[in-house]
Amino acid sequence: MALDTHFKSRKDIKKSSKHDRYLSWFMIIPALAVVVVLIVVPMIYSFSLSLTNMNLLKPATTQYIGFRNYMRLFHDDIFWRAFWNTVIFMTVAVNVEFILGLFIAQLMFKVTRGQGVIRTAIMAPMMFAPVLVGFQFKWFFNDQVGLVNNLLYSLTGQYQIIPWLIYYPMNLFAILLGEIWMSTPFMVIVFLAGLVSLPTEPFEAAAVDGASGWLQFRYITLPLIGPFIYIAMVIRSLDLGRAYDLVRIMTGGGPANRSEMIWTYTYRLAITNNKFGMGTAMSFITVAVSFAFVIYLFKQLAKSRQEVY
Amino acid sequence: MERSGAIRLVSRRRRKVRQECYNLLVFFLVAVFFLPVLWIIITAMRPEVEVNARPPVYIPSRLSLETFASLLGAGHTEKSIPFYSYLRNSLLASIFSTFLALTVGTLAGYSFSRFRFRGADQTFIGMMLARSIPGISISLPLFVLFARTGLLDRVYGLILVYTAMTIPFTTWLMQGFFKDIPATLDEAAQIDGCSRWQAFIRIDLPLTLPGLAASGIFAFLTAWNEFQIASVITRTPASKTFPVGLFDFTQEFTIDWRGMCAMSVIMLVPAIVFVLLTQKQLIKGLTFGAIK
Repeated sequence: MALDTHFKSRKDIKKSSKHDRYLSWFMIIPALAVVVVLIVVPMIYSFSLSLTNMNLLKPATTQYIGFRNYMRLFHDDIFWRAFWNTVIFMTVAVNVEFILGLFIAQLMFKVTRGQGVIRTAIMAPMMFAPVLVGFQFKWFFNDQVGLVNNLLYSLTGQYQIIPWLIYYPMNLFAILLGEIWMSTPFMVIVFLAGLVSLPTEPFEAAAVDGASGWLQFRYITLPLIGPFIYIAMVIRSLDLGRAYDLVRIMTGGGPANRSEMIWTYTYRLAITNNKFGMGTAMSFITVAVSFAFVIYLFKQLAKSRQEVY
Repeated sequence: MERSGAIRLVSRRRRKVRQECYNLLVFFLVAVFFLPVLWIIITAMRPEVEVNARPPVYIPSRLSLETFASLLGAGHTEKSIPFYSYLRNSLLASIFSTFLALTVGTLAGYSFSRFRFRGADQTFIGMMLARSIPGISISLPLFVLFARTGLLDRVYGLILVYTAMTIPFTTWLMQGFFKDIPATLDEAAQIDGCSRWQAFIRIDLPLTLPGLAASGIFAFLTAWNEFQIASVITRTPASKTFPVGLFDFTQEFTIDWRGMCAMSVIMLVPAIVFVLLTQKQLIKGLTFGAIK
């Protein structure tokens, strides 16, 4: 993450006084302490739990069983279904949100009237709690009274009960729509800020040279708003697990684990099925997947930057 | 001469019409993102028979505030949702965690932006990685640890967790805002006899007030909307917040959509007010590093 300060060389480090060095740590330690005590220490403790067969109903029988929980998960079909569902879901979601965000931002940028109104309107989903989005979309996709089936009825005149949330992969698609609705506006807002900040001269020059709209977009817009893409992706990648709220509410991972994701499976194992040891093992795989995804995003970003420039 | 002027006028008018059509098109596209908000508000205010009607009723026959009234306890219905407990818990958890995270995160952000010291990058990346741990993963050990320390089902517990969750992002935003202030300003203050600390309090802090506002709103909304951790470590109205409280409207087979929509609208109010008030700062805060 870009943490370049105005001090560049090692010589400057020596120059900063002893007092400054103490002050620098003095100012960081409170933040660090809170994060360590409430996140890092619990995660270490959680790792020790993941090596046991702890059951919430029978805490007295807890025993150390080594890495057996992890081995069992790797041989578990539901785990692999949850894993692949998550990978597919997140890949599609992030890519669609990115492209759609860029597209809508570009469209909005060219609007000559009511910019402020549409900008405010598109920020609406950003204010929604993910739980709220979950409930709303669960309702929209309800087979009996949902808005989606109702609209289909109004359009076609035939009443068809389409059980959106029950069949795979329709349920994954419904959840995906909710996720895209919830997260795209954020991308739009960041990209729009980027487009507004661009200088106009390169575009004028390109227009004089007869470059088409697509060429201008590909060779001027895209490279210039690179930093904004970077920021949008950094912030987006911190919140990958937010989709849990949607899945939990819309399908709960069911029916029969068909829409299971790694987050819902963690909850199911640890809380619903009381297998706390197994659940914590699962939660570590979840963390590993999140970190892998963050790293993948940054790699992709670095690659695309190289291509563009 | 006259003819060509007329043609120019026509083509200009045509371009204008085309632009207006374009505006309208984009407007409708954006409306898709806004419609669910309208739908929730309408549902909360329409008569109950219309909510699950078949064939569907799109335009409500009348609007009323009775659902809100019964939620707030002013009506004469039997609904027993502990609305005020949820409101209190949500407000306490969000406000206190925002305050703590801002205080601590601002200090850290200043330090990261102004001092170059060994281990700074690693510390920073470590904190950001801690933030990207999914809430459900943190909630499990916290459940056991809080049960042992008596913090389970307590608002203090929530405040502590939310503070830890929002600190990394606050730090990141604040260090960006501090970087926007030229370092020569504090150097000048130090030459004039201020200590580093005084320069920070008197020069830098007042200049980042807009940044503080933006970071504060982010922290507030994160806590206000948080569900994963709250769903595990809160059990009763003593500590349940709005997002967990929404489940009160669900029974085994039915969901009271109207009541839920009313509570959703109330939940959205602070978010909408904050975001509208500080829209510009928010956008600037999100994109600080890129505009230079």
